[in-house]
Amino acid sequence: MIALLGKLRGKHDRAVLLIVFWLFLALLGPLCSSQDPGAIGSQPVFSSPSITHLLGTDYLGRDTFARLLNGIRHTVILCFASTLIACSVGTFLGIAAVTVRPWLEAVTGRLADGFLSIPSLLFALLVIAVFGTSTVALIITMGIIYAPGAYRTSRALAQRIVRLDFVTVARARGESTAYIVLQEILPNMAGPMIADVGLRFIYSVLLLSNLSFLGIGVQPPEVDLGSMVRENMLGMVYGSPAMIVPVAVIAVLTVGINLALDSSRGKG
Amino acid sequence: MAKRKQGAGDLNRHLPALIGRRIFAAATSLAFVIVTVFAITNILPGDATDALLGQGATPQAIAAMRHDLGLDRSVFLRFWLWLWGVLHGQFGYSLLNGLPVADAIRPRLHNSLLLAGASAAVAVPVSLFLGITSAIWKDTLYDRAVSVLTLGMVSVPEFVIGTMAVYVFAVRLHVLPALADVASVHSIGQFLRAFFMPVASLALVTLAQMVRMTRAAMADTLSAPYIEMALLKGVGPARLILVHAIPNAIGPIVNAVALSLSSLLGGVVVIEVVFTYPGIAGLMVDAVSSRDVPTVQACALVFCLTYLLLTTFADIVTILSLPRGRKA
Repeated sequence: MIALLGKLRGKHDRAVLLIVFWLFLALLGPLCSSQDPGAIGSQPVFSSPSITHLLGTDYLGRDTFARLLNGIRHTVILCFASTLIACSVGTFLGIAAVTVRPWLEAVTGRLADGFLSIPSLLFALLVIAVFGTSTVALIITMGIIYAPGAYRTSRALAQRIVRLDFVTVARARGESTAYIVLQEILPNMAGPMIADVGLRFIYSVLLLSNLSFLGIGVQPPEVDLGSMVRENMLGMVYGSPAMIVPVAVIAVLTVGINLALDSSRGKG
Repeated sequence: MAKRKQGAGDLNRHLPALIGRRIFAAATSLAFVIVTVFAITNILPGDATDALLGQGATPQAIAAMRHDLGLDRSVFLRFWLWLWGVLHGQFGYSLLNGLPVADAIRPRLHNSLLLAGASAAVAVPVSLFLGITSAIWKDTLYDRAVSVLTLGMVSVPEFVIGTMAVYVFAVRLHVLPALADVASVHSIGQFLRAFFMPVASLALVTLAQMVRMTRAAMADTLSAPYIEMALLKGVGPARLILVHAIPNAIGPIVNAVALSLSSLLGGVVVIEVVFTYPGIAGLMVDAVSSRDVPTVQACALVFCLTYLLLTTFADIVTILSLPRGRKA
């Protein structure tokens, strides 16, 4: 485990640090506000920032700051969970395709091609029309949508690694497939896979925000960044922070991780 | 040189086979899409009757309804009948109002194609210009500004660009209407007013991706040894770009453009909703909210078909233009 963490450092540590930061914010953020995100008090709607309401109030007079922290929690945790599902399923199948049997590679490859020929937003719309918008359904849907991409990345990486000498040596030593996968292949693909995890995390944040903005993602009373923008659209007329701040937070989250990944890409 | 020519001739003989294989792959994808769309929408044990009749329905009413909708037949028979209908342009009947889905889709598909076409007409020339020039002036301030801006735009959700456009032009400047009132378009001025913001937003959404891919394709060509050779031989900059670089970059660039055009599809969904534009994507989102499955199925098929056509076209252009790509 420590060796694996050691591998994670290096090329992509800025992106990894950023994701860890957002996870911390998602877990601990809601504790930072004394206001109840769901409480509809006697406050005016779309009020400007004050001491009691750091970012003003939203279209129902609720505290924007508390809702923002909750929105970040939903967006980050949902997207992280689906990214984990996508990347572990993808990596598992990707390595299995390379190491187990040739027919497995043919079958999974065709399936991945098929899934990739459906645009992700459309696939999400189709699944949501049938299964509804529960949190579990959203996580699994996004997990399925991004698994084929992770599968392709990991299969390409694994294909390159199995041809290397140390794998041939391990085979010649008579090591089991499990040993080769866990000790030789996985540690050597960890670095590039981190970049892939970062990218898929961004994709799923974008997808979930779009879905929630369209009203078919996270449903009230829960709130995420996209649905915050949707419900406070009217506040745009007043330049209310309730509508502008969540947009800015999405942008900071995705642009930040993208820039971190982009800058490490050049280093090779 | 002679050797290369022979190699190219060899490849040209394989060309029809390669394109045929690509079209076959597209056909398998299409079959996969059709089966997936049908399977997802028929996978649930509870079916449309629950949604239509509500909880208080008697078993007899449910049975009658199931018979009316053909749900009491086997899955394979239903798939066959559905496919038969789709092939004849019949997508079934909306669960909401009982009208044929095809009739609801047709006028909206026209609107969507108009929006997407206009956006592509704006986005393609602009992004070709930005992408090619920033590759030529690589690592200058101009290139870095374009890179950062486009990276920013690809990493925010599509609705951000749409809502920002509304905020700036409709709320702050009061120059354009916030909604695309397509029905009341009677003159060119009205047409421009109604379409400017949706088209501009959708073009921006597509543009970012397209500029980045065009720049990468052009930069790749410019780093090739024959460009360095031409440079060392004393070819002027204009001739270098127009005669040596661009003809070789056309294939990858067309591929990049066609692939980014498919991001129009995702963008069109969001932009139509932001501007309440009466297109097929808006219809689909409404149908998803009300869980009107036949309409969702039909819209999904139309979108997937367009997407497949675009990606297949992109790949065929790559095969035709890029000897390297022909191996695949």
